[in-house]
Amino acid sequence: MSTDPNIPQGGNMTDQTVRSPQTVARTPRTRAEGEEAYLEVTDLHVQFPTADGKVNAVQGLSYALPLRRTLAIVGESGSGKSVSSMAILGLHDRKSTWISGSIKVGGKEVVGMSEKDLMDYRGADAAMIFQDPQSSLHPFFTIGDQIMESYRAHHNVSKRVAKARAIDMLGRVGIPNPARRVDQYPHEFSGGMRQRAMIAMALVNDPKLLIADEPTTALDVTVQAQILDLIADLQRDFGSAVVFITHDLGVVAEIADDILVMYGGNAVEHGPVDKILGTPLMPYTWGLLESIPAVSGTPGPLHPIPGSPPSLLAMPSGCAFHPRCEFKDRVAGDLCRTLKPELIPRTADQGRSSRCHLKEPDRVFETEVLPRLP
Amino acid sequence: MTAATNPATSGVKSVPGAPLLELEDVKMHFRTKGDGLLARGTKWVQAVDGVSLTVQPGETVGLVGESGCGKSTTARLITRLLEPTAGKIKYQGVDIAHMSERQLRPYRREIQLIFQDPYSSLNPRHTVGTIVGTALRTHGMVAKGGELKRVQELLEVVGLNPEHYNRYPHEFSGGQRQRIGIARALAARPKIIVADEPVSALDVSIQAQVMNLLENLRKELGIAFVFIAHDLGVVRHFCDRVAVMYLGRMVEEGPRNDLYEQPQHPYTQALLSAVPDIAVVRGVPPKTRIRLVGDVPSPVDPPSGCRFRTRCWKAQDICATQDPALEVKPTGTTTVACHFAEPPVESIVAEVV
Ligand SMILES: Nc1ncnc2c1ncn2[C@@H]1O[C@H](COP(=O)(O)OP(=O)(O)OP(=O)(O)O)[C@@H](O)[C@H]1O
Ligand SMILES: Nc1ncnc2c1ncn2[C@@H]1O[C@H](COP(=O)(O)OP(=O)(O)O)[C@@H](O)[C@H]1O
Ligand code: SF4
Ligand code: SF4
Ligand SMILES: [Mg+2]
Ligand SMILES: [Mg+2]
Repeated sequence: MSTDPNIPQGGNMTDQTVRSPQTVARTPRTRAEGEEAYLEVTDLHVQFPTADGKVNAVQGLSYALPLRRTLAIVGESGSGKSVSSMAILGLHDRKSTWISGSIKVGGKEVVGMSEKDLMDYRGADAAMIFQDPQSSLHPFFTIGDQIMESYRAHHNVSKRVAKARAIDMLGRVGIPNPARRVDQYPHEFSGGMRQRAMIAMALVNDPKLLIADEPTTALDVTVQAQILDLIADLQRDFGSAVVFITHDLGVVAEIADDILVMYGGNAVEHGPVDKILGTPLMPYTWGLLESIPAVSGTPGPLHPIPGSPPSLLAMPSGCAFHPRCEFKDRVAGDLCRTLKPELIPRTADQGRSSRCHLKEPDRVFETEVLPRLP
Repeated sequence: MTAATNPATSGVKSVPGAPLLELEDVKMHFRTKGDGLLARGTKWVQAVDGVSLTVQPGETVGLVGESGCGKSTTARLITRLLEPTAGKIKYQGVDIAHMSERQLRPYRREIQLIFQDPYSSLNPRHTVGTIVGTALRTHGMVAKGGELKRVQELLEVVGLNPEHYNRYPHEFSGGQRQRIGIARALAARPKIIVADEPVSALDVSIQAQVMNLLENLRKELGIAFVFIAHDLGVVRHFCDRVAVMYLGRMVEEGPRNDLYEQPQHPYTQALLSAVPDIAVVRGVPPKTRIRLVGDVPSPVDPPSGCRFRTRCWKAQDICATQDPALEVKPTGTTTVACHFAEPPVESIVAEVV
């Protein structure tokens, strides 16, 4: 790709002054507080009946997200991040999936929506990008044809108009030379460019809700940085709500407004990013922070969470996290083993909630957990 | 683990005073067919094109760089799963680069490899006992009759239940399978382990468990590591020294703190600046991100001179004509291959307040 005109060609350079790098200063995000929810998930349950029994992948998930705001969903693999997000787009197979609860997107109820209505809704109101661009890009059609097809599914326009739109979108996601690239096949794109092309395809119909399921996990950090910038830019331009699924808390810290921590098919902590990552209030979130080696500061020892995530076929009694929780014996009686805690809004702390029986979690965090963070 | 009495040290020579491992300008060029009708003979993929690296006993050296830059190829060269097309691979001062399989046998025991994918690197039809036991027998590490006891010892060392020796890989979680792979590597009592992305496929909490295990092994058994990972936080946590690769070449190498805090190569600076840092929520000012334009060029037809020049904001004419040597510069403490090496102007990696 070194023939792209916008890439500096060291050999052809004549000026002898050392240029400075292209840098992006990261400005604090502007927060749209207290806006009406565009996405509203209420008591969502998703179950898969299998030969071994019912897999309870999502177990009563509720959250809301207004436009112009990014929600990061984090949690270990199998915690229900993808399953709950696919339900928002109505992507689960009806025959083999049981879904209950409510998912409202722009006022429309998605749970139980007919296949025909779903076709109109997908792409136009909500769109999804995946970790693996291969899963959404067909190898036998040009990038342009695929973007045009998505556009024409929702707009009654000629191929010429659709192609102009495809070129425009490729340009907006930062593909160099879009008029030439539009006629190329996915294998002619690099990994980062395929990811951009998929984003262009997802956004071609101006959806107000974008769900990104680990879109940068397979990418190198330098490419990841470009894609994160891109998603933030596009969100500003399109004014959409973004759900960003990731397991990288560094990424969360840099791009999200809100964070939802999932464990065993449910939300265990939810609220503004700086609050949740600054003073998390439940032991699972503490454990995540204690497991991550820092890229700056003095490296300290890691304190991993013992054990492994629960089986969704046989969830632990009481608090789903109790078999791995080092704080359960601080809770009076046998509450952690017998009673499932609710996700309770914090009265003292606007806009955040957590699911844990522990008393005075802020004090425990400050005195015991904070000093030993890596 | 019992004291490391190596029964099979015979066959491994050593030059007194030599480092444990030393790569000298190692190259691996793969031959590929030209594509399509216009194929004009063979082409060479310059997967590794001049890597030099020294590892002392008990030391951990990290290898970082973007996908395709040659990290795994380097790992396969060190473990001699590949024979280099040029350069020396010295183990305790003896060049093993072109040794025959027979000559290599004793070295295969001392240099072990751990893979990224705990799923595909274990034979699904063998029990854990067989997997680890085979490694013990292959390297002649155990007397007849003592095998099960030693397998169980090893399982215990890596934090698995020794009673589970007769279970199959699919009965274990991802993190546990990685522990099985580690037990298999330890069976040979290696002096050095090449770990190719050993924690990349694991969830953060499990990743931290495995990292702590590797760290304990390093401390207790004095094993040296070449540790490959794309997560720069993980590498910083685990390694004494870090080497940065770009398009088959080593561009910078140095002690961990120097490399992370005072990187001198523009690519290292860009790489470090791109890592999202969770510390921003704790008030650490976000670092300025250097945005690299374009893609990594193809290793079939790499740029002349400095290979980073097509994406480098400091490139000058000399960068296209003269290959910068990997050397210590008056500007800093790392070894760096750049005509205009200098520490970052502003702090790239933000300090914790
Ligand atoms: N047997 C082979 N034949 C031809 N080319 C190869 C071969 N093995 C590796 N390569 C090429 O050599 C280069 C380096 O590959 P390598 O697997 O070492 O990269 P890596 O740094 O480990 O990347 P990643 O981070 O993706 O694992 C790549 O361009 C790869 O396609
Ligand atoms: N079609 C399916 N049938 C049975 N179980 C499934 C199906 N899809 C997902 N699951 C299970 O649901 C759980 C949650 O999955 P997922 O949401 O993909 O996790 P993640 O949080 O890693 O995205 C996992 O245990 C997964 O194995
Ligand atoms: S409810 Fe109990 S077991 Fe669950 S996280 Fe809180 S303290 Fe731990
Ligand atoms: S040698 Fe030139 S092109 Fe290469 S990194 Fe240094 S300044 Fe950039
Ligand atoms: Mg997922
Ligand atoms: Mg590799």
